[in-house]
Amino acid sequence: MLEIKNISKAFGGLRALKKVTFQVPEKQVCGLIGPNGAGKTTLFNLITGILPPTEGSIKYLGSELTRLPANEIAKMGIARTFQNIRLFATMTVMENVMVAQNFRAQATITSLVRFSSAREKRFQEEANTLLKKMGLWEKRREQSVSLAYGEQRRLEIARALALEPRLLLLDEPAAGMNEAETEDLLDRIHEIRNMGKTILLIEHDMDVVMGICDYVHVLNFGELIAQGTPSEIQANEAVIEAYLGREEG
Amino acid sequence: MSVYLEGVLALMGINILMALSVYAILTTDQLSLGNAGFMAIGAYTSAYLTVKSGVPIFPAIIIGAVAASAFGIIIGVPALRLKGMYLVMATLGFAEMVRTFFLNFEPTGGAYGFRGPSGTTLNMIYGWVLVFLVFFWLLGRSRLGRSLDAVQDDEEVARTMGLDVTLLKVGVFCLGAFIAGVAGGLYAHYMFYIESNNFNFLISAMAVLFVILGGKNTFWGAVVGAIIFSVLPETLRFMKDWRLSLYGALLVSMMIFRPSGIITKQMVRAFADQSEKILRRRND
Repeated sequence: MLEIKNISKAFGGLRALKKVTFQVPEKQVCGLIGPNGAGKTTLFNLITGILPPTEGSIKYLGSELTRLPANEIAKMGIARTFQNIRLFATMTVMENVMVAQNFRAQATITSLVRFSSAREKRFQEEANTLLKKMGLWEKRREQSVSLAYGEQRRLEIARALALEPRLLLLDEPAAGMNEAETEDLLDRIHEIRNMGKTILLIEHDMDVVMGICDYVHVLNFGELIAQGTPSEIQANEAVIEAYLGREEG
Repeated sequence: MSVYLEGVLALMGINILMALSVYAILTTDQLSLGNAGFMAIGAYTSAYLTVKSGVPIFPAIIIGAVAASAFGIIIGVPALRLKGMYLVMATLGFAEMVRTFFLNFEPTGGAYGFRGPSGTTLNMIYGWVLVFLVFFWLLGRSRLGRSLDAVQDDEEVARTMGLDVTLLKVGVFCLGAFIAGVAGGLYAHYMFYIESNNFNFLISAMAVLFVILGGKNTFWGAVVGAIIFSVLPETLRFMKDWRLSLYGALLVSMMIFRPSGIITKQMVRAFADQSEKILRRRND
């Protein structure tokens, strides 16, 4: 579904990604792991069109993404969340979700006089369902920034789902969550997967990775150092070394 | 109604329009300090049409505003690449360019100014004010309004949510320029005489001031700011020579004690909720 081929990204002299190649097959949950600064979030920024790659190609359902603007890529069905939560701060929970429906709802100038059409009601209903699924419906009228940390993370996922994506990119969805919250999040990600979505996720928490990923890619210093099933990765020498360092002597 | 009162009300209405023109552009976090330029284009275009070509005032004002909005697009496109301070400087430069153009442009009188446009009435001014108030009220409730909020909150995220940020940002520039163009047309036909200096930097700065002091997160802020700061200099007349000093002191203390402006989004929302409750109780 997503084909990343020889992707490199340089920031001045710093080469954040070096000839990374891998694929994300449809309806899989793919993990992307690696120590801090390995280039995981940079790769997300390249896929979603926030940054242009220095070289290489990214194909989604056969079409090239690398020269497209971010909003066109979103319209093709790729949605993401952000590692440092980036909700629309002045809006309510509900409004955050509704904004992500806007390109499908064709929110042009005509939306000024069309706020009660049947189609609009369907979108409202859809937003309600999404918020219920993410356990946020009771808080739909609250300001997004007043939510608890874990709830803000879930709202980011709800907002991304409101785009009706086929591919969902999650950037450390469990960061800063306690064990119970993480457990709850895992259930919800399983549910999203059962909706038929393909998921690519960045995660530090090994329990999360082992719990939901079908396949894992490991980045270190911008290079792909290992690929495999979670159990293969856990036993991989290079991965253990990247995370824990090599024992001296 | 006394001529004095009529004069104050007319300029107040035009100030409201200018404040709304700044507000429109600011909805996507773009600050324009050049709206006097759009106002001048609307004023001179419509005045030339009524005086030299005999076009009726209403279509003339519309054509003037459309001409201004065309320049809004021309400025809006390069504005995409400018942020904050740099955009302020660019729009300021644009307005000065327009002003000196009309200072030297002979067909509209050049430095002598342009005499003859007339016909603006109070009803006409407040009719336009009403049109734009209804527009912004509907916009605030609509999906398009949410898209603009999203761009204001976080442009990059707005893009990854599928919003065409480029179109939205150029669009509001076009809208803001249109409103300023209308204000210019009404102004020209109210004053009977315009010269390039009527559209100097101070006009642009005042329009921004109305919005910042009134509250920049809702169009009500722009309206209230324009009303208060149009009426205030008049009520301070008893201060004689100290009038403008006190006016300045009030502005400075406003910025210190209420930097978010007089009207905030929360106030509008609380008011809307409250009135909804009262209506519901009455229906029960």
